[in-house]
This record gives sequence, C-alpha cells and structure tokens, in this order.
Amino acid sequence: MYFTEQHELVRKLARDFATKELTNEILDEVEETAVFPQEILDKMAKAGFFGIKTPREYGGQGADVRSYVLAMEEIARVSAVASLYVSSPNSLAGGPLLLAGNEEQLEKYLRPVVTGEKILCFGLTEPGAGSDAGGMTTTAVKDGDYYILNGRKTFITMAPFSDYAIIYAKTDMSKGTHGISAFIVDMKAEGVSTGKPENKMGIIGCGTSDIIMENVRVHKSEMLGEENEGFINAMKTLDLGRIGVASQGIGVAQGALDDAIAYAKERKQFGRPLAKFQAISFMIAEMATKLEAAKQLVYKAAYLKDTNASPKECSLAASMAKYYATEVCNEICAKALQIHGGYGFIKEYKIERRYRDCRVFTIYEGTSQVQQMVISGVLLK
Amino acid sequence: MKIVVCVKQVPDTNEVKIDPVKGTLIREGVPSILNPDDANALEAALALKDKNPGSTVEVVTMGPPQAKIMLKECLAMGADKGYLLSDRAFGGADTCATSTTIAAGIKKIGDYDIIFAGRQAIDGDTAQVGPQTAMRLGLPVVTYVEDVEINGDKAVVKRQLEDGYEKIEVKLPCVLTCVKELNEPRYMTFAGIVDACKADITVWDHNDVALDPADCGLNASPTQVARSFTPPAKGKGEMLTGTVDEMSKALIGRLKEKHML
Amino acid sequence: MAVKVIKEKCKGCSICVKNCPFEAITIENKIAVIGNACTGCGACIEKCPFQAIEEVKKEAGETDLSAYKNVWVFVEQREGKIMPVSIELLGEGRKLADEIGCKLCGILLGEGITALADDVQSYGADIVYLADAPELKDYTTDAYTNVIFKAINDYKPEIVLLGATHIGRDLGPCIAVKCQTGLTADCTKLEIDEETKMIKMTRPAFGGNLMATIKCPNHRPQMATVRPGVMDKAIADTSKKGETVKLDVKFADGEIRTKVIEIVKSMKEMVSLTDADVIVSGGMGLGNADGFKLLQQLADKLGGVVGSSRAAVDAGWIDHSRQVGQTGTTVKPKIYFACGISGAIQHIAGMQSSDIIVAINTNENAPIFEIADYGIVGDLYKVIPAIMEQL
Repeated sequence: MYFTEQHELVRKLARDFATKELTNEILDEVEETAVFPQEILDKMAKAGFFGIKTPREYGGQGADVRSYVLAMEEIARVSAVASLYVSSPNSLAGGPLLLAGNEEQLEKYLRPVVTGEKILCFGLTEPGAGSDAGGMTTTAVKDGDYYILNGRKTFITMAPFSDYAIIYAKTDMSKGTHGISAFIVDMKAEGVSTGKPENKMGIIGCGTSDIIMENVRVHKSEMLGEENEGFINAMKTLDLGRIGVASQGIGVAQGALDDAIAYAKERKQFGRPLAKFQAISFMIAEMATKLEAAKQLVYKAAYLKDTNASPKECSLAASMAKYYATEVCNEICAKALQIHGGYGFIKEYKIERRYRDCRVFTIYEGTSQVQQMVISGVLLK
Repeated sequence: MKIVVCVKQVPDTNEVKIDPVKGTLIREGVPSILNPDDANALEAALALKDKNPGSTVEVVTMGPPQAKIMLKECLAMGADKGYLLSDRAFGGADTCATSTTIAAGIKKIGDYDIIFAGRQAIDGDTAQVGPQTAMRLGLPVVTYVEDVEINGDKAVVKRQLEDGYEKIEVKLPCVLTCVKELNEPRYMTFAGIVDACKADITVWDHNDVALDPADCGLNASPTQVARSFTPPAKGKGEMLTGTVDEMSKALIGRLKEKHML
Repeated sequence: MAVKVIKEKCKGCSICVKNCPFEAITIENKIAVIGNACTGCGACIEKCPFQAIEEVKKEAGETDLSAYKNVWVFVEQREGKIMPVSIELLGEGRKLADEIGCKLCGILLGEGITALADDVQSYGADIVYLADAPELKDYTTDAYTNVIFKAINDYKPEIVLLGATHIGRDLGPCIAVKCQTGLTADCTKLEIDEETKMIKMTRPAFGGNLMATIKCPNHRPQMATVRPGVMDKAIADTSKKGETVKLDVKFADGEIRTKVIEIVKSMKEMVSLTDADVIVSGGMGLGNADGFKLLQQLADKLGGVVGSSRAAVDAGWIDHSRQVGQTGTTVKPKIYFACGISGAIQHIAGMQSSDIIVAINTNENAPIFEIADYGIVGDLYKVIPAIMEQL
C-alpha cells in the first residue's frame, strides 16, 4: 500500500546485503570482541546505506524515508547492532546538520558522514537529564569568537570512536529549553574526553560512553543553527529518530518470528513438532498479527513524512509507531524465546541476542512513556 | 567500449521446497532473482566499464513483462540501459530457440565490443544459451570464464576446468560466459535504485527484432518436454541407536553385511 | 510438448496457476491463460480437475529422419587419456544401440591418439571416427565443433552423446546450433522408446526439485550431454574389434578463433570425486576448516576422498572442487558419509544416488536423515574416531 517498485528494490538490496555480509560467524565475532568490522561498514558506505535520504548534493542517495525504514528493517532483522550503524549517519548525525547546518557545515561534516569517512555522534542526554532534556547542565559561555563548553554527556552511542559530536549546551541558563544551542565539537579538541565504554546488556559492537568537556573552546562558526534554537533542532531530529528505532523494532521482531517458526517446525516433543501444539501455534499467530500491525504503523509514519503531511500528523504517527513497534518487539522476542525453551536461554541460538538487543528500543530516543506523553499531549490539547 | 550482458530472471531454487504430502513443488513465496552467474557477468562488464571510462553496459533479457524489475536491478547496479525481449511468440522456447531470440536482440543493439553472459541459469542448469547465442552471432566463445583481462582488441581469459584452468586468448568481439569464481558482484546503490526506477526499459517483440514467429518460441524448439515429475524420495533408512561405540560397531557390521567393505 | 486451455471446460479455479512450476499461468476473465514462461512441462494437465488443459501436438518437421542412423559417443580425451565419462557413455551407448538395433560409434579427436582408437573399440564401439591433427591437440571450441559438425553431416548419426564436462558442455551447444537440432543437458537417464525408437532423455531441473523427460522428435541428431558418474562404465575387452574411419581434417586460416596459451592443473591429487568409491563429506557441522583433517583420516582408511557441502565451501573451509551437489559435482560412490551436513535439497541432488548413505549429525531432525540408509545422531568428532577404531 505504501510502497513502489523503488521500495521493492531497496528491500532486496538491504536483504541481500544482510544475508550475505552479516553471517552468523561475523555476528558472533562482533558479540565476542565488541568491535564491528570496518570492512562491512565500508561496503555499507559504498552501497549508500549512510545517506539514504540525504540529498545528492551532499553525497547522499536522494531516496526517501520509506527506503530508510526498509533498509533499517532488513538489516535489523539480521543484526540490531548493524542497524545502528545505518541509523546514526542517516538520523542522529545527519538529521541535525540537515535541519540547521549552513552550506559550509554541510560540506565539511555531512558529506564525510554520508560517505563513511567520518563518524559523528549525537550528545544530548546527561547523567541528570534523560527524558527531561531541558534539565541539562552543560554550559556554553561566550568568549569573543569562541564558546567555552563545560559538562558531561552520557550514554552517547559511538562516542568512543567518533570524529565529531553534536553537543547541546545551555547558552542561557535562565531560559530552560529555550536557552539551549547546538555545537559541532571536534572529539580531538583540547578538553574533550570520553568515559569508559559502557558494559551493555545488548547492542554489543557499537560503543557507548560519556563525553566529558572541560573548558572546550568551540569557534562560533561551529554553532549549528541559531543561538538558543538547539532544543527544537534536537526534538525534530528525534522525530525522525523515532521512525528509525521503530524500524529496528519491526526488523528484530521479524527475525524473532522467523526463528520461532523455524524452531517450532523443527523441534519435536511428545512425538510431534511444536508447531502442531495449539499453545505454540496460537502464540505464533498472535506474534505475527501484532508484528503486522506494528509494520503498518511504521510504514504509515514514513509515508506521511515522504508525502509532506503536517508536522503534527507526522509526529503523532512517529510516536505511535515507535511506542507500539518497540513494545511489541519486546513481547515477540520474549515469546519467541519461550518457544525455544531451554535452547532459547543458550547463546548458541540467535533469539537470545535478539531478546537482549531489543530491550533498549523502548528506552532510547524517547522512552515508551515519553511517546505516550507525546501522543496524549496531541490528543488532550 | 560497448558491452552487452545477457541476463535471466529465475526463481530462487534454493527457496523451492517440495510439498511432502503431494510431492509437488511449492512455488508460493519463491522470489524471482537475477540469475547468480549472470550477476557475475554483469559485474565483469561493470568492472570493465570502470576501467574504461566512457564505456556503456547494456543488459538484455528474454522473459515476461515481470522481468523488467530485474533489468532495473541491473541498472541500479550500474548498467546503462535495459532491453526486454517479450512476446507470447517467444514462449515455450528451449535453448535453441532462446538463443535465436537473444541473438536477434543483440544484433539490434549492435556495435558491441564484447558480450558477457552467465555460465548457466539455476532453473535449467543447461549452460547452452551463452555459446549458442555466440554461434548465431558468428562470434567466438569462451565458456566457464573465471578471469578476464582485456588487452587492446584481445581478451586473455582463464577458462575453468574440472582440475584446473586453461588460459585462452580470443579476439574481440566475443562472447564470454562467466562463473562465480570470476568476481564478487557489487550491490545496487540506493541512488542507483532511485535512478533505475525513473529509467525506461526498452521492450521489443518479434517484429522489433525482425523474427518470424515460426523461428521463435515453441515453434522453433527442437526439444520437447515429454513429462516432468518430482524425483521419488528415497525411503527412510535405519537410525542406529546406543552408545557411540555401539553405533559405530553396528554401522561397520551393516556395511560388511552388504559387502561394502 | 505445448499446452492449450480448452476454454469451454475451464472453470477458472486457478489450481493450474498454483501448480505451475514456472509461474506461466494467469487467470484472465475467469479463464486460464498460458503465458510466455510456459515450458510445456505438462504439470497443469495432470492437475486440472476438469481436463481443461490439453497437449498440443506439433507437426512433424521436414528433415528426413530415416537418413540418420547409429549412436555416437564423443570420446573426450585430455592429454591422451580417455575421460571416465566417455567410458560410461560407451557403456550406456552400447545398450541404446542394441535396443535400437544399430551401431555404436565413437568419435575421437586429438593429436597422436591413433592408439586410443583401439581402446575405444575394446570398450564396445563398432566404428571409431578418428580425427588426428596438431590443431586438435588441445580442445578448442571452433576446431572441435567444425570437425564434428562435418562428420555428423557426412555420416548422419541419429544420437550423439557427450559427457557433461566443462568441455562437453561447451562443445555440445555449439554443435547443436550448427546442426539446427536440440540438445538436452546434463542427463541422468537415457531410454529408448519401444515404439518410436527415439531417445527419451531425463534430466534434473529447478535445482534437482523437478525431473523432466525430454524428446527431440523432429530433428536429428538427437543430442544429449550426460552427467559424469551416473552411467555404468563399459568394461574393456581387447577381443572386441571394430573399424576405424579416419576423418579428413583441414582448417582454414583464422578458422580457430581462440588460442590455448597454457593449461594449468590446480589439484594435487587427481582422485576425482566422480571416480571415488567412498566419499567422506563434511558440512557446517564440522565447525571449522580443521574438521576436514579428521574426515581425511577416515577417507584414507577407506581408500576414499573428501567431499563437502556448499556451505563449507562458501565458508572457505575447503576448495570448490570438493563440492558435492547441484552446483558442484554429482557423485555416486558406493558409500557416502555425510558428516555434519544438514541435507539441503541442493546437496541431496548431488549425492542421493549413492549406493549407501551414512549420515552423522547432532541434530536428529536434520533432513539428511530422511535419505540416509544409516543414521547416527551424535557428535562427529566422537563418532568418526569410533568408526575408525572398528576398521
């Protein structure tokens, strides 16, 4: 309903890529070493995964949000962590630049991100400011042509190996969210350091750490957008980010459902395959139905973005998609694991990894509760 | 250089399953794909184009209208133009008749310097259309190509043998049929897909390629399928039981009983 | 065979659509329409509950079929040695010729291979057509095609068989086009129709999921390439004598358009998979490339060779030349050990006609057990050493 020939080919590309490159052997190694192979990232860059909907003039591919969703879904179906490498340049890194960057900044930062030469991370969350981003305490104080940044960002995906970070900091302490500005900070600049990579439950192979800034001097030309307009920039970025996480949700859930179906057909107990037991087959029916409902929400949210629907409509659809798809993904993974019985608890089976990986989906880029706030906020205005 | 590549859309035979009860093919949900060897042929052509800027790569296929999407896939990988030979008159063709149609299409494209094709398609596994097309075009052919180097108006290729390879020199234009060892086909790109979906695929029927319906399709096919059937499954054998030693002993015993050892 | 829908009988039930292996049928205005992709396999005829699909008989061509006689086998030699598949074909060709009541002939090309003609006779050929020329030393498509085409034109065989080797599969299609006849590739079974005395050629298609029996009713010669390892070899009998006919061979300048620069052998040992009596194959269940060392030990003890599944080749654990299956080599050993091979359909296609199949796998539900004569559920790293102890 939402797709054209172009999307059919995009799905094929992403599926081919995932099945050919993201083999069990490689994924096991990623899990063990917590390092994602550069070779695969290079191949992703070559096929255009890092700039799916970025305009051609900045080295992007000029496709649409639906293409991005399908690519994310198919990659996440095989590997959640791999899909994070796709989402970052398209969404959290590319988004703020495209929204507020000037020509110079787009050339300098967006192009290398899209072609995979540079990695840029998104620094919004702080130890004391998660869902309540307005409560941040990182400051940027003007000093001639420079701003002096001080503060600590936390849970920053890819921070340990990023070249640059987009840092949101308060330029006016008195104005709450209206006093936040965005800066592009060189991770090698004096005073910038990263904390120890976090020891995470899932999504292993994509480092997350703190970014600590102590008197970091950032030239005013590296401010992204207008002063005190940073919060809007962050929120708009997260708007698209939600669709990305929702796509990860339907992808991982599809993978889990595939696992469950294969296992239910193969595994015999009491002299017949699990699939012949109604308790199991009904579970699978429920999982498949909920997944389909989630997909329709995600596809619709992407479609609305592509067809320039009103921001309010887009935001509502994106929040519903993220909320439902990620919750349902957790449910489907839990059920798929249950169907696997004891084997589901063993790392040899893929379902164990999916179960851990998807747990963060209802948390990052706006928790389910934040999505509920957005949805109810629109409805109860 | 003007490079022509022959491709075919095939059902993914790895996905084909047999209905265990009825013994028939389960076709539902089996995706249609670009034939794997043909992807290697296309990659060879694209690599040649990369080395010789200004070259063009044109892909040609015979098939139903649904094969257009596969040609677009080829464009999304980097080919410049796609031709679809599609006509009810082409239906039911064996390799002999198929090669007549493909050769007519290539003649109409014209001015080619080199033609690549896959060694064989996974639905039929005949490996005949490539060399037969070459014969009809009056071109030399090398099959089972696992390495190509172009030197001026000559190609030096490695032709795969069962126990090694032979190095062959051939003058251009010629037809080379490619095996998977030749290269690793590139992926489509997102930008390529966007452009391919805007591009037109040229569709030719028998009139466009100046073929008499009597010379194509079923009418021109010397071979006929008399019967097709699913191969009978071999009956279930014996599962050995006991400890590893007991099972091993039983196995060797059985093999000796049957004079196999 | 072509098929046709009898419109009056068709109810538009679409059973044929579902059963067509080639997606060639659609329903238009509640009537089935046979589309381009039809290969005339006839699956729909059998499935139609209303007898609404029938076979369309083709009119006979104009070639004078009676002028063509005898069964020919292309005797492929490399470096003066006859390829095993050619000996298999001489064995099979003998049976076919006897059933038709005609002669079996071998056609042999090369340089300095006159002595081989006697061997071909001892394998049962009544006539050997011999082309001996320096240009024929190594195979080239043009030289071999032109010599054999001329011989076919002069002597008019009714059947020509070639081994489905990398050479036979190059040569066959080219000869067939020159003769304007059909060629059936990779046959696994040949039979003579009792009534018409024509050859019926059966081959796997669709990755071995479908078998098709092919006829070439109105064109001559009827040509087939035959899979190595499928037919029984002819037994040499030096008391058998036939006739050798030397073919006149001349090449014009530029007639041979390819030049063989060198031939390189890549395999150390030449015991080919197709010739082995015992094959010990490994798949993903080995866990790593080193597992093949254990398989080699068992193979050595049994005088066999090591094979592999496609997955193990794709994983880079073993050379492609060792691959058994639809896209690899078809094998027919006396004993086939499938160790840690789940039994994908494409693998089974290449080894199911082994005399005895022994499967060793940790997964009791692996499809390989469906076709195994003896199945052992267990860790191959424990089972194989235990088997070796018994030997």
